[in-house]
Amino acid sequence: MPILELQDISKAFPGVLANDRIGLTLDPGEIVGLLGENGAGKSTLMNIVYGLLAPDSGRIRVDGRPVRIRSPRQAIGLGIGMVHQHFMLVEPLTVTENIVLGREPSRAGVIDFRAARSRVADLSRRYGLKVDPDARIRDLSVGMQQRVEILKALYQGARILILDEPTAVLTPQEVVELFRVIRSLVAEGLAVLFITHKLEEVLSAADRIVVMRDGRVVGETRPQETDEVGLARMMVGREVVLRVEKAPAHPAGPVLEVRGLGVADDRGLPAVRDVSFTVRGGEVVGVAGVDGNGQRELIEAVVGLRRPREGTIALSGRDITRMGAREAIAAGVSHVPEDRHRRGLVLEFDVAGNLILGDHRRPPFARRGVLQAAAIADNARRRIEEYDVRTPSARTPAGNLSGGNQQKVVLARELGRKPKLLVAAQPTRGLDVGAIEFVHRRILAARDAGTAVLLVSLELEEILALADRILVLFGGRVVSEVPAAEATAEGLGLLMTGGGAGRGRESGPGGTA
Amino acid sequence: MSATARPGTGRLAALLRDAAVPVASVVLAVLIGSAFILASGRDPVLAFSALFQGAFGGPRQIGETLMRSTPLILTGLAVAYGFRAGLFNIGAEGQLFLGGLAAAWLGIVMAGLPWWINVPALLLAAAVAGAAWAYVPGLLKARVGAHEVITTMMFSYIGRYLVSWLVTGPLKAPGQIPQTAALPPESTLPRFSDVFAFLPASRAHLGILVAVAAAVATWWLLERTPLGFEARAVGFNPLASETSGVSVERTTVSALCISGALAGLAGGVEVMGVYGRLFDQFSSGFGFTGIAVALLAKNNPLAVLVAALLFGALSAGAGTMQLEADVPQKLVLIVQALVIFFVAAEWIVRWAIRRRRKAEVSGA
Repeated sequence: MPILELQDISKAFPGVLANDRIGLTLDPGEIVGLLGENGAGKSTLMNIVYGLLAPDSGRIRVDGRPVRIRSPRQAIGLGIGMVHQHFMLVEPLTVTENIVLGREPSRAGVIDFRAARSRVADLSRRYGLKVDPDARIRDLSVGMQQRVEILKALYQGARILILDEPTAVLTPQEVVELFRVIRSLVAEGLAVLFITHKLEEVLSAADRIVVMRDGRVVGETRPQETDEVGLARMMVGREVVLRVEKAPAHPAGPVLEVRGLGVADDRGLPAVRDVSFTVRGGEVVGVAGVDGNGQRELIEAVVGLRRPREGTIALSGRDITRMGAREAIAAGVSHVPEDRHRRGLVLEFDVAGNLILGDHRRPPFARRGVLQAAAIADNARRRIEEYDVRTPSARTPAGNLSGGNQQKVVLARELGRKPKLLVAAQPTRGLDVGAIEFVHRRILAARDAGTAVLLVSLELEEILALADRILVLFGGRVVSEVPAAEATAEGLGLLMTGGGAGRGRESGPGGTA
Repeated sequence: MSATARPGTGRLAALLRDAAVPVASVVLAVLIGSAFILASGRDPVLAFSALFQGAFGGPRQIGETLMRSTPLILTGLAVAYGFRAGLFNIGAEGQLFLGGLAAAWLGIVMAGLPWWINVPALLLAAAVAGAAWAYVPGLLKARVGAHEVITTMMFSYIGRYLVSWLVTGPLKAPGQIPQTAALPPESTLPRFSDVFAFLPASRAHLGILVAVAAAVATWWLLERTPLGFEARAVGFNPLASETSGVSVERTTVSALCISGALAGLAGGVEVMGVYGRLFDQFSSGFGFTGIAVALLAKNNPLAVLVAALLFGALSAGAGTMQLEADVPQKLVLIVQALVIFFVAAEWIVRWAIRRRRKAEVSGA
C-alpha cells in the first residue's frame, strides 16, 4: 500500500492553474524524484502536501486513509517532514536546540537537554548523519545545516521526507554524501520525495521519476528507461540542447591581466593569494573551485567592488587595480553577479530601469543631468526583443519576471554595453534547462564577438561546456590550469579539493567533509 | 513585447489602485472618529460639517487651511524623499528649526536690500541650513553606519535647543517675549491679500507657491534625474546599486541633505510667511506631522500636496468644530492618528502577504 497517495489535486492561482489534476503515489522504501522546470507547479504541490496551501480539489491519502492537511503541524503529525530549500534554522542556537525546537522534551517544565541530546545522537547514529550535536548552526557548512534539517524532520517522526531542491546549495562532494544519506533513510523504510530540475540527479538518485510541466504530470519513468535528453524533452516539451555547440576559440591579445593578486575577505583574512592569470579577447576562462575558496573575492576585486591588498589588475593594458565599480564599468568591465536578486537587479524597478542600471548617468540615457525617457524606452524595446525577455511590458517590475527572464535582463544589460571583459559568476544558478541553454549561447556569442569572458561557476558541467581554459582555485590560489580539451569532471573535482599533483596541498578554507 | 508606455486608462487604474488605501484609511478614520463623537453624546454629522466649514467654508477659512498646509507640504516632502532613498529622517523638526533660524537671522542682516534679492536668498539659506543639519547624520550613516533614526533625532534636539537659547539670549529682541526682532517687509513672504488687493483677507501667504514648486521639483528630481534614480535604487537595493557603480555612501549623504533642505525650507517659509520672526514655539511639530503626511502620501511628492492639505484642513477646522458642535479640538488628533494607523496597517498587511508569497516562491 502506498504511504502517500495524491489524486486529482488541482490548485489555481489568479491567472494560472498551478496544479491540474495531479496524481502521485509514494511507497515506503522508495525514492521518487519530482522533476520539472521552475514554475511547473512542483512547489505548489509540495506545499499542499505539507499543509501550507489548501488544494481547490482532489484527495490525499496517507497509509490508505483519506486525510485533510490544513497546516504543517498536521502534516508533521501524519509523519510528513519537509526540508526547504532555504533552511529554517536559528543560527545562534546549537544543533540539538534547533532539532528539538518546538518539541522540547521537558521535565517539570524545564527543557531536558540531556534527553534531547541523546535522542539526537541516537538518530544521527542510526541514519549515518554525522553531526556535532553541540555545534552552533552558524558555524556549520551548508551541507551540515541540511543534515540538521533532515535530523529535525526525523526527530519529529517523519516517515515521508520531502526535500525541496536539496542539492542547489551543495558542493559536488556534499551531493554524493546527501544521496548516500537518502539511501540509508529509505533502507530504514522511509519514503523520500525530492524536487529538482537537475536531470543527472534524478537519474542517479531516484527509483522513480515523475515529470511535471505547466501544472500537469506529463510522464513517469525510471532511470534505467531514459536518459538526460529524453528527460529534458519531457520536461521542457521540446528538443533541448544540453550542451551548446562550441566552435574553437580564436583568442586575440590579452584583455584581462591579473598579476600577483592578493585580496582579503570581509573579516580581513587573506582569501585570494598571489593569483596571476590572463584572459584574452575571444576566449572563455573558467574558474572552478568549491564554494568559498576565494572566488567571490577574486570577482569583486576584478569588477571594482573590493580593493586588492596587493598585485595588479589590467584591462587592455590599462591599470584598473584601484578603480571602483563605476570606473570599471566605464572602462569596459561587465559583471553578471552571482546573486541576481541581491546584486543583479533592483526587483522593484521596472525592466526598462534595470536595463540602464550602471549606464544611467551616461548618454544617451542621461543628458545634462536629466534622464531621457525616450532613449530609455527605446533601449528597453530593443533589448527585450534581442534577448527574448518574456515580460508583459517594459514597465513591469523585474521582480514579477521568472528567474530565467530576470537573468536575461541582466545579460542584456551587461552584454548590451559591448564590454571588453565579461565576468560571469554562476550565470545559470537556479535556472531551468531552457534558460541555461539561452545563457550559454549568449556567453559564447559574446566570446565569438571578441569579448574576454571570465566564468566562475560551481557547476563543473558549466565550466566544461563553456570554458576554453580552466583555472582551479583552491585555498585562494590557482592550483592548476588545464586546457578545457584535456579536462574531466573527475580530474577537476580532485584538484578542487586540494588533491592531485602540484601545489595547493596545504590546507585551505575549502576543505569539505 | 511592447515597451511603449501604458495607455491613459492603465495609468488611471494604477493611480486609483495606489490611492485606494489612503482614501479608505481617511474614510475609516472619519467613521471611527464619529463613533467617538457619538459616544460622548454629540452629533458627528454636525461636528464634521462644522470642521469642513471651518476649513473650506469661506475665503478666510480656505486661506487658513492653505497657511497650515504649507509647512506640512515641505516637511512631508522631506520625509518622503528620505524614505524613497531608504532613509527615515525622523529629525525633520530640527532641520526645520535650523531653516527658520537661518531665515530669521539673515533676514535681519540683509535688511534694506530689495525683496527680490532677499526672498530667494533667505529661502536658499533656510534650505542650506536644513541640509547642513542633515549632513552630519548622513555622513555618520555613510561612514560608520550610525542609524539615522537615532542621529537625526538627536540633532533635532540640538537644533531645537539651539534656537531656544538664541531667542532667549543672543538674538533676543528687546522686550519681555523671547523672540527675535521682526523681519523687515523685504525679508518676508507677503500674504496673498496684501499682494492682490482684490482678494479677501486671510493668513495664506506666498509660501504655498514655494511649497507647490518644491513638490513638483522633488517629483522631477526623483523620477527624471540620475540623482533621483540612484536614490530610489539605493532605497530598494543598496547591493545591486553598489554593483552597478552607484556610490551608496554618496547617495545616502545627498538624500539626507536634500531631505534636510526641504525641511529647512519649511522653517524658512514659516518664519517669513506667518510670523515674520523666530521664536521658540514657531513650529507645532511640523517635522513630525510630516512623517504622517509622507506615510499617507505613500512617499509620492505630488500626493504629498493632497495629504498635507488634508492635515492642514483638519487643523484649520478644529476650532470651528469645537465652537459649533462642542467637540474638543483634540478629536482632530484622534482622526490623524487613525489615518496613520490604517495606512501603516496596510503596510503591515502587505508585508505579511509578501513574506508569505516569498515562502511559497522559495519552495520553488
